[in-house]
Amino acid sequence: MSLENTPFWEVIRSSFSAAIWKEVGPAVWDTVYMTVVSSIIMFIIGLAFGIILIWTDKGGIRATPIINGPFGWFINILRSLPQMIMIIIMIPVARSIFGQSYGTNPCIVAIAASCIPMYARMVESSLLEVEKGKIDAARSLGSTDLDIVFRVWIPEAIPSLIRGFTVTVIGIISMTALAGMFGAGGIGDIAVRYGYQRFQHDKLLACIYVLIVIVQLTQSAGNLLSDHVRKKRGLM
Amino acid sequence: MGDYIEIHDLNKTFQTRSGPLQVLNGIDLSVQKGEIFGIIGFSGAGKSTLARCVNGLEKPDQGRILVDGKDVTSLSKKQMREERRHIGMVFQNFNLFESKTVYENIAYSLRIRHEKKDLLDQKVKEVAELVGLSEKLSSYPGGLSGGQKQRVGIARALIGEPDVLISDEATSALDPQTTLQILDLLKSINKEKGITILMITHELDAIKYSCDRMAVLEGGKIIEQGKVVDIFHNPHSRTGELFTKVFFQFQNDEFQSGAGI
Repeated sequence: MSLENTPFWEVIRSSFSAAIWKEVGPAVWDTVYMTVVSSIIMFIIGLAFGIILIWTDKGGIRATPIINGPFGWFINILRSLPQMIMIIIMIPVARSIFGQSYGTNPCIVAIAASCIPMYARMVESSLLEVEKGKIDAARSLGSTDLDIVFRVWIPEAIPSLIRGFTVTVIGIISMTALAGMFGAGGIGDIAVRYGYQRFQHDKLLACIYVLIVIVQLTQSAGNLLSDHVRKKRGLM
Repeated sequence: MGDYIEIHDLNKTFQTRSGPLQVLNGIDLSVQKGEIFGIIGFSGAGKSTLARCVNGLEKPDQGRILVDGKDVTSLSKKQMREERRHIGMVFQNFNLFESKTVYENIAYSLRIRHEKKDLLDQKVKEVAELVGLSEKLSSYPGGLSGGQKQRVGIARALIGEPDVLISDEATSALDPQTTLQILDLLKSINKEKGITILMITHELDAIKYSCDRMAVLEGGKIIEQGKVVDIFHNPHSRTGELFTKVFFQFQNDEFQSGAGI
């Protein structure tokens, strides 16, 4: 049903019809699957990268500009690639891992590669917010470098890390839609194939509803969790 | 009682954007075992840097710091970690771990040494009792008052059973009544446990109340040291003179309806 030949209200009514959702429903699952798996990969590698950045930083555990400099450059280079170009670049990588360059799993590689550097920078800035005095205190109590990072630095930054994670997960959701153009399936795929190429605007609307709901849920969950931690700690 | 902390010709220069800044300029100091020694100075005199050098948080460019006969400036990283067990530190901003309960804050230095659970539990409760925090063990520092926070800070430093406690402006962020309570606590710790306390502050009141001997720090140098009574009544240095003048002015002046300050 297209807006070109159907009244607006008709299209909206149709966008809630069972026939539409029979097609959109499985795509929702694909999008959620891609988002969750990419987020997990991004969380683990991004956190590790962020720790490397802060460990070698001037104000970090051990100032090592020889690592921090090139590593920072590497992350900046990855960050300067637009997501679409990252997907194209990752096609051969995905093919070498999965034997094919389309479908949800191969696209997860591209999504993670694009979001890891962003999350690494978020982790870095969250950790930099922790007062230096706490690190001094931990040191004065005889902590090793690992104690400082894992017992003090990261736990102290948790509310801020959660908020940063929420922002990047929403970034991932928007990227799954883009990946739909490159054969990833999911909501983006439906929106492009039906909404853009065939003018089926009812399906496009359904995709928009889904994206709005997923993003809202993600943001609310992030806020709730972060506030819960801060409340527990008596900080709000 | 012999010298417990000996500092010889300590120098420290920081590289700042506007060139090198010499913060410590040949400090010589000796603190005896079991005393409360005060170090006073204006902001920027180098007090905190001196404290951080004794604790190994800062490495001096030159000079020696002997704590119980051991030169802490020449220790390796690992040895320094061991040595810190004997040197507790209390901070102006408390620097408590907000992610941990009061219990876990106090237990921290035993946790990182993987101390046995029941021994850890017993020690935490003992120290909490000493600083008067037994009721607050399951709270988070975020919900405590300033005085309570500093008690956690003191307990956290005490649980490793240190021989020296460095108090870096520990009472400067507290109101007068709380300051007095914390000073009383430090005094009783000094008396009961025989812990030497190095009290770094800009509050002459705090020193007068709790210290036996004191030193005046100005421009990165110790310009005067001796018994607190002597310095109060006969200050030779400019800072000492200024401090006591301000001190007596605060004490003695008539009520001035705010016109005086």
